[in-house]
Amino acid sequence: MRQRLIVGIVFGLLIAACGGGGDAEGGPITEIGEGEGALAIVAWAGYIERGETDPNYDWVTGFEADTGCMVDVKTAGTSDEMVALMTESQEFDLVTASGDASLRLIAGGTVQEVNVDLIPSWSTVDERLQNAPWHTVDGKHYGVPYQWGANVLMYNTEVFGDTPPESWSVVFEETTLPDGSSNADRIQAYDGPIYVADAALYLKATRPELGITDPYQLNEEQYQEALQLLRGQRQLVARYWHDAFIQMDDFTNEGVAASSSWPFQVNILQAGGAPIASTVPAEGATGWADTTMMHTNAPHPNCAYKWFEWQLSSNLQGDLAAWFGSVPSVPTACGESDLLGPDGCKTNGIDNFDRISFWKTPTEDCNGTAEAGSCVPYRRWVTDYLAVIGGR
Amino acid sequence: MATSDLTSPARRLGRALYTRPRLRLALLLGLPVLWLVGVYGGSLGSLLLNSFFSIDPFGGTIDRSFTLETWQQVFTDANMAVAVRTITMAATVTIGSLAIGFPLAYYTARYTRGRLKTVLILAILVPLWSSYLVRVYAWKLLLAAEGVIAWGFDQVGLGRILEGVLDLPIVGGPSLSTSFLGQFTVFTYIWLPYMVLPIQAAVQRVPRSLLEASADLGASAATTFRQVTWPLVIPGVAAGSIFTFSLTLGDYIIPTVIGDSSPFIGLAIYSQQGVAGNLPLAAALAFIPVLVMVLYLSGARKLGAFEAL
Repeated sequence: MRQRLIVGIVFGLLIAACGGGGDAEGGPITEIGEGEGALAIVAWAGYIERGETDPNYDWVTGFEADTGCMVDVKTAGTSDEMVALMTESQEFDLVTASGDASLRLIAGGTVQEVNVDLIPSWSTVDERLQNAPWHTVDGKHYGVPYQWGANVLMYNTEVFGDTPPESWSVVFEETTLPDGSSNADRIQAYDGPIYVADAALYLKATRPELGITDPYQLNEEQYQEALQLLRGQRQLVARYWHDAFIQMDDFTNEGVAASSSWPFQVNILQAGGAPIASTVPAEGATGWADTTMMHTNAPHPNCAYKWFEWQLSSNLQGDLAAWFGSVPSVPTACGESDLLGPDGCKTNGIDNFDRISFWKTPTEDCNGTAEAGSCVPYRRWVTDYLAVIGGR
Repeated sequence: MATSDLTSPARRLGRALYTRPRLRLALLLGLPVLWLVGVYGGSLGSLLLNSFFSIDPFGGTIDRSFTLETWQQVFTDANMAVAVRTITMAATVTIGSLAIGFPLAYYTARYTRGRLKTVLILAILVPLWSSYLVRVYAWKLLLAAEGVIAWGFDQVGLGRILEGVLDLPIVGGPSLSTSFLGQFTVFTYIWLPYMVLPIQAAVQRVPRSLLEASADLGASAATTFRQVTWPLVIPGVAAGSIFTFSLTLGDYIIPTVIGDSSPFIGLAIYSQQGVAGNLPLAAALAFIPVLVMVLYLSGARKLGAFEAL
C-alpha cells in the first residue's frame, strides 16, 4: 500500500512536469489595437534597462509612459534557458533570442511570424540584418533584429606594444609574446561549449585541408581536430572565463595578456584606464546577433508590436549599444546617442560584420543542409568541451 | 454550564482524538511525512526515473523509454575524473576544517567564558552574515598573482617559498588563485563555521565531573582526552564533517571563480541540464553525490556518530 502511494506520487509529479504545451495556428495580426497594459519579456541581463543600475540607461520608463504597457522582464543566463522558458510557459510575449536559439524556437513553433508592415521603422533596420537566416525562414520574418556584436580578441597593450596580435594563434598555440615571455598561463578561453566554433574558425584559416566551411557545421574529423586544438590550449590556460567581471579582474590582477572577450569588458576596462585594446584578427571572429521574437500565444500582442517599433528607435539602440558594447541594428542610431558617442559604433565593431561567423546551434543535419548524422550536434560539444576543460 | 461545555464541538473533537490515538498520530505527522515522502522522495524518484531515459540523438528531445545508455555515459573517463576531483577536494576540505576547527572549538568551549567567549563565537559566525559570493570574490583578489598575499610574501623576502610551493605538481599552479591550494583555502574558509559549531556544542556538553573523575582515577590529560572527551565529542565531529563534506561536494560556484576551471560534479550537472538540455545525463550524474553521501553516512553511523543525536 505504502509503496503504491509513493509510486503514485512520483508519477503524479512526473505528469505534472511533462504537462503544458499546446500550439495555436494562425497568421500574424494585421492591425495593432489598443495596448493590453502589460508586456512580458525574456531577455539577456542588461538588455532591457529601466535605469535601476544607472539612471542614464533607461529605455523602459519612456515606453511605459508612451504606451501604458507595463514591462516585466525575466532575465535568462543562457540561450538554452531562454528556449526552455519560452517553450514551457505561456506567460511571455517576447524573447531576445541569439542565433543559437532563434531557429530552435521557429522550428518548435514557439514563436510566430511577425508582420513587418506594422512596424514603421522596419525600413531603418540594417539591410544586412533584415533577411538574416537566423530569423527569416521561407521568406517569413519571425522577429525584429535587436543588437549584434563580435567575440573580439582582447589584449594587454603593455605586453603587445603598438602592434595588435594579427591572429588567434596567440591564444591557441604556445608562442612567445612581444614582451619576451611565453603565453602559457597568460591567456584565457571562454568556458561555454560554443567556443569549439572559435577553434574551428581558427582551423578553417590555418588548416585549409580540413575543408571547414562553417565553424558550426563540423563533421567528425573536423570536430576531432578542433577538440585536439582545444586540448593543447588547455595546457596554456590558467583559468577559463565565464563571468565578464571575473575576466576583467584576471586582466588587471592576474597578469592575463590575451583572450577572446566581448566589447563590454573592453569598454569598461578602457574606461577605467587599463592598458587594454581589442581586435578582430585575420581569421575573423565568432559573434552573436539577437532578435526579438514573439511567442505564438503571446498574451499581449498589441503591446508586443508597440515594443517592436520602440526597440528600433535611435535613442534606445544607441543607449543600449553604449551600455552593452554591442552594435545597433539601426545604423542611423550611430551618430545620435550621447551615451554612445560619435565613434561608438566603430569602437563596438560595426565594420566587422562580414568577418563574423554568427552563433547558431550545431545540429545533426548541419542546420538542415545535409542528411542527419553528417554534423556533430551541440549536445556532444557540451560533453566534450567539459572533458577538455577537465584535462581529458 | 458544565453540560453544555461537554457537548461543545471542541470538547467532542478532543474526546474523539483522545480515544483514537492512531488518528491523532496521523493528523500530527501527516503533513511532515507527506513532505518528506512526496517532495523529497518524489523528486529523488523522478530523478532516478529520468536517469533511465535517454536523449533522442536526432531531435534532441527526451526519449522516455527505459535504457541503460545514459548510465553508461556516466562511467566515462572524463566523468569519473570529475567525480574523483570533487570527492578528493571534499575529503581534503573536511580534514583541513577538522584540523583548524577542532582546536578552535575546543578552546572556545572549554577555556573561555563571558565576554571572550561571546567575541570568539561572534568571530566564527560573522562571516556567515555576509554574502557567500562577496567572500569568494574577495578571496579571489587576495589570492591573485598580483594580490595581497603574493605581495606580502615578496615584501618579507619569502617570495621564493611561495613560488616553490606553486611549482609543486597537483597542488600548485600559475598563481594561488588558479591552484588547488587556493581552491582548498577558499573552500575551507567558507565551510569552517559549519565544522566549528557542532564540535563546540559537543565539547560543551561533556560534563566537567567526568573529567574530574578521570583525573581522580589517575588518568593523564592525554588519556582523559582519548578515553573520555573524544568518544563523547565524536557525534559533533561527525555532524561537522557531514556539513563540510556535503557542502563541498555540491558547490559549483567556487570552482568557477577560484582554481583552474576544472569542472566539479555540480558544474557538470549544471552544464548537462542547463546548457546541453540533457536531463537524463544530468539526473544520472546527480546520483554520484547521493551515492557518495549514502556511503559516507553509513560509515559515520558505524562509528557511532548518530547515537547521541
